[in-house]
Amino acid sequence: MNSENSPIIQMKNIEKHFGSVIALAGVSVDVFPGECHCLLGDNGAGKSTFIKTMSGVHKPTHGDILFEGVPMYFADPRDAISAGIATVHQHLAMIPLMSVSRNFFMGNEPEKSVGPLKFFDHDYANKVTMEEMRKMGINLRGPDQAVGTLSGGERQTVAIARAVHFGAKVLILDEPTSALGVRQTANVLATIDKVRKQGIAVVFITHNVRHAMAVGDRFTVLNRGKTLGTAQRGQITPEELQDMMAGGQELVSLEGSLGGTV
Amino acid sequence: MTGVANNTPAADERVKEISPLRQALIRPELGGMVGTVAVFTFFLLFASDSGMFNSQGVLNWSIVSAQFMIIAVGACLLMIAGEFDLSVGSMIGFAGMMIAIFSVTLGWPVWIAILTTFVLCIAIGGLNGFIVIRTGLPSFIVTLAFLFILRGFTIYLPQLIERKTIIGGIKDAAEGDWLAPIFGGKILQSLFTWLGDAGLITTFSRGSRMGEPIVDGIPMLIVWAIVLVVLGHVLLTKTKFGNWIFAAGGDAEAARNSGVPVNKVKILMFMLTAFCATVFAVCQVMEFGSAGADRGLLKEFEAIIAVVIGGALLTGGYGSVLGAALGALIFGVVQQGLFFAGVESSLFRVFLGLILLGAVILNTYIRRIITGER
Repeated sequence: MNSENSPIIQMKNIEKHFGSVIALAGVSVDVFPGECHCLLGDNGAGKSTFIKTMSGVHKPTHGDILFEGVPMYFADPRDAISAGIATVHQHLAMIPLMSVSRNFFMGNEPEKSVGPLKFFDHDYANKVTMEEMRKMGINLRGPDQAVGTLSGGERQTVAIARAVHFGAKVLILDEPTSALGVRQTANVLATIDKVRKQGIAVVFITHNVRHAMAVGDRFTVLNRGKTLGTAQRGQITPEELQDMMAGGQELVSLEGSLGGTV
Repeated sequence: MTGVANNTPAADERVKEISPLRQALIRPELGGMVGTVAVFTFFLLFASDSGMFNSQGVLNWSIVSAQFMIIAVGACLLMIAGEFDLSVGSMIGFAGMMIAIFSVTLGWPVWIAILTTFVLCIAIGGLNGFIVIRTGLPSFIVTLAFLFILRGFTIYLPQLIERKTIIGGIKDAAEGDWLAPIFGGKILQSLFTWLGDAGLITTFSRGSRMGEPIVDGIPMLIVWAIVLVVLGHVLLTKTKFGNWIFAAGGDAEAARNSGVPVNKVKILMFMLTAFCATVFAVCQVMEFGSAGADRGLLKEFEAIIAVVIGGALLTGGYGSVLGAALGALIFGVVQQGLFFAGVESSLFRVFLGLILLGAVILNTYIRRIITGER
């Protein structure tokens, strides 16, 4: 993290109410370019609501969103995407039946003109896809290989590479590692590291403390719609994070009976 | 974390090399290609002396195949976009009847009747799509409703207006019309006359048309089929919109997340299917000179069978227009070929069922290799 920089996105005192349910009760988070900001929390802590507010899916009930220092009001996710906030969803990212390059450019197809007609520029799409995949450390058989033949980790990586290629300044990753095996998780974490080094702000949502500790620069823990503060890397131990997520004492006694860290 | 993946990854040792031949063969149309070769081989062996492969015979099965192709193009693109249209057959009957009512009963110029019918039918196709999108109901149910609604009107309207179920006299009405020949006319007549004169194709040997070739041109129906197949193929594989069609059918939610206007794509494909059905209907009405209430029965299933033989996935997101065209060709050749071969016509269904099953099993296997589906 580069603390001299100004934050690219500031979430100030965000509250979100769904009818009588208070999903977020005043959450403040700053995200800086080039940092990996881990957002931790147990199920139901409000992680999803928070990132959906950040990516324009929900409008906050109270509170402000400052993007590059300017207050922003996203009408819908497209607004957020065009501002440079990209979200990679855990599941709904790729279409398995389609080729990698068709997926990569889905919704942003490059075109070339032949007379008055416009055609999908497959040569350009294939070239760029192969290049970007190589940068991320994935060796494709060819750009026309179907996404269905890739592993879960590779699919996440394609989705991340796609977001970066299309100019994301803030990349929100919604539990990218929760369904992956050990090696695939390592690959995705390595990808996060590469993306961060390009100066992109990464918001990494997870409930796995070890995955967070592996790449995170700062850690914000959400619990029951509130933030329990943001910690720098090195200022906090995994055990403390785990305790904060679970809300304290109950888990300690549970862990005691299970004989180890959950 | 570094060291897990370098910038230049080594080739994955678990990925087998694929030979170029295998790679060239593994494509969605393979099932259709194999089927086409098999069907032609079969009939060349068993029906070559029946007249199936002289000019008249070729024209005969070409026309039938072209009919299937026209509706298969629409059905194929719609199926890839993730939806079905079971109202195609009824739409054919309805469109034909509307042209007859407009031009014969109401006495409108034929070109106005044709254009009005196109607008009306495409609007009904759009309505199909709109209801599917708005209600979230399966298109199977919505279009099944329209199968009955349109067929009902097709039987009711001519009875109400003309007290009969077939309206004729369209040929007379279309005399001298500028638009009608685009659907009912023929092209390359001089070429065929020349071929007849040169003795390359059979000519009438007696009667008033002695010396004229039996096949005196290519019907516009076949031209429409070829044009629609080529346009459909280019649209699907070479354009941005084609990518959206695949995406809408592959996973509508993921496509929306990426900014693909899924609803628009699906509604447009319903409209295209209705357009294709109307082209079919206009060609048929111009050829027969009449519209009947029972026209187009079961055509929706024939279109879907052709598309599935051609390698499309019933659940959407995968398929090929060229494959669907081959499926239509197989369908037409088998239907007419069995007639030429003198096979009892009820066996056509047995044959068709076997081809359908064989092609789909082969296609499923190919698709698994390509897409990594499990």
